[in-house]
Amino acid sequence: MTGLWSFMSEHQSEILSATLEHVELVCIAMTAAILIGVPLGMLIVRRAKLRALALGIAGIFQTIPSLALFGFLIPIPFIGGIGKRTAIVALTLYALLPILRNTYVGLTEIDPAVLESAEAMGMTQAQILFRVRFPLGLAVILAGVRTATIITIGVATIAAAIGAGGLGTFIFRGVALVNDSLLLAGAIPAALLAILADFLLGRLERRLRVT
Amino acid sequence: MTIVGQNLIEFRGVSWRANGGSEAAIIDDVSLEVPRGSTLVLLGRSGSGKTTLLKLINGMHWPSKGAVLVEGRATHEWDEIRLRRGIGYVIQEAGLFPHFTVAENVGLVPGLENWPKEKIAARVKEMLRLVGLEPEEFAERRPRELSGGQRQRVGVARALAADPPILLMDEPFGALDPVTRAELQREFLALAKRLGKTIVFVTHDLREALLLASHIILLEKGKVVASAGPEEFLRLRHPEVLAFAASLDVRGGAA
Repeated sequence: MTGLWSFMSEHQSEILSATLEHVELVCIAMTAAILIGVPLGMLIVRRAKLRALALGIAGIFQTIPSLALFGFLIPIPFIGGIGKRTAIVALTLYALLPILRNTYVGLTEIDPAVLESAEAMGMTQAQILFRVRFPLGLAVILAGVRTATIITIGVATIAAAIGAGGLGTFIFRGVALVNDSLLLAGAIPAALLAILADFLLGRLERRLRVT
Repeated sequence: MTIVGQNLIEFRGVSWRANGGSEAAIIDDVSLEVPRGSTLVLLGRSGSGKTTLLKLINGMHWPSKGAVLVEGRATHEWDEIRLRRGIGYVIQEAGLFPHFTVAENVGLVPGLENWPKEKIAARVKEMLRLVGLEPEEFAERRPRELSGGQRQRVGVARALAADPPILLMDEPFGALDPVTRAELQREFLALAKRLGKTIVFVTHDLREALLLASHIILLEKGKVVASAGPEEFLRLRHPEVLAFAASLDVRGGAA
């Protein structure tokens, strides 16, 4: 343990910059996944065919082993290659399913009596979506964002394999050199990030829940 | 009056089948008239088609055959949003928006109709007082902070807020305890008379039907099997009328 602490204090600034790099990867990927997943989830509420297609495709991304997904993207022009951009695309695709699915569930699993009276009072479908479904489904949507964030923080460590940096850099080096201190210098901050994100988003989620 | 005459709502040979007409008729060749200012009670067992009939009035369903006329115009000629905003709607458990305060719930349709803010606020207060809720105490509460009876009162206030000529009520008091229920029925009856609204009221409770109706229509399997004023209704000899009358007659003393 003393080895770990001395290693960590010696490499403080490197660990900090890798952590920031990690947070940056996760934040960009999550923003993209939310910007795609939430509107798409709204779009599929009343469109069954599109719904099956969107959930199916997002499900496929989720089943591809993460290391393989990074690998598959490398040869693709524009979004591929070595580095951050490829990693962000992969992380975004990975985060999409929980966000998309929770958005759809949150917007549809609403007390039928509430939806019925909204319709009967002469609200348009857009008004029902934005003023009834969305505020009532927000906690469930956020639960999806929370799940996706935690997955992304973990998966982002693999991004180092394609040269995107982040805390994975320490982990891969630690594995290669059989050096526990190096490995833990990547793993511990990543775990702490996940716990922190879980805690903060969980609190936000409880505040937004409507009973 | 115009050719609309005295009937605010009229069904002309209306049938309705689910799934665009592929299934058995839920509503089967129904014709009826609701005169302005009257209260029509649709009585029937669960599954007799009462709620479906109600939803044919505000364009939540469209007739598979025949026509439903509201203010003299067939519902399919109406813009459905305009049609619905002119018809108040109250359902069991009220269907209040849980994320809105009582005031926001009541002010919803006036808001959709772009009334000015001060006018909405004044109207909300007026409506809450009308249904016996003190605005200072209740306006800022959420539905979950209300009792069942209070929620139902808010439901009625919300339906009345934009002053629609027609009110549709689907077992509005069905989930309440008997005491609260009787209380609301009495108040509602007085309110309906005072406001002169045209009301279509769905219930499976004969006692409630006899109390509130100017006219009762009994539905069985989507067909009208009896139609009479509350005084004559119990004198009808149709088996379904007798079945309902028997439900009153627990200890030999009908209402």
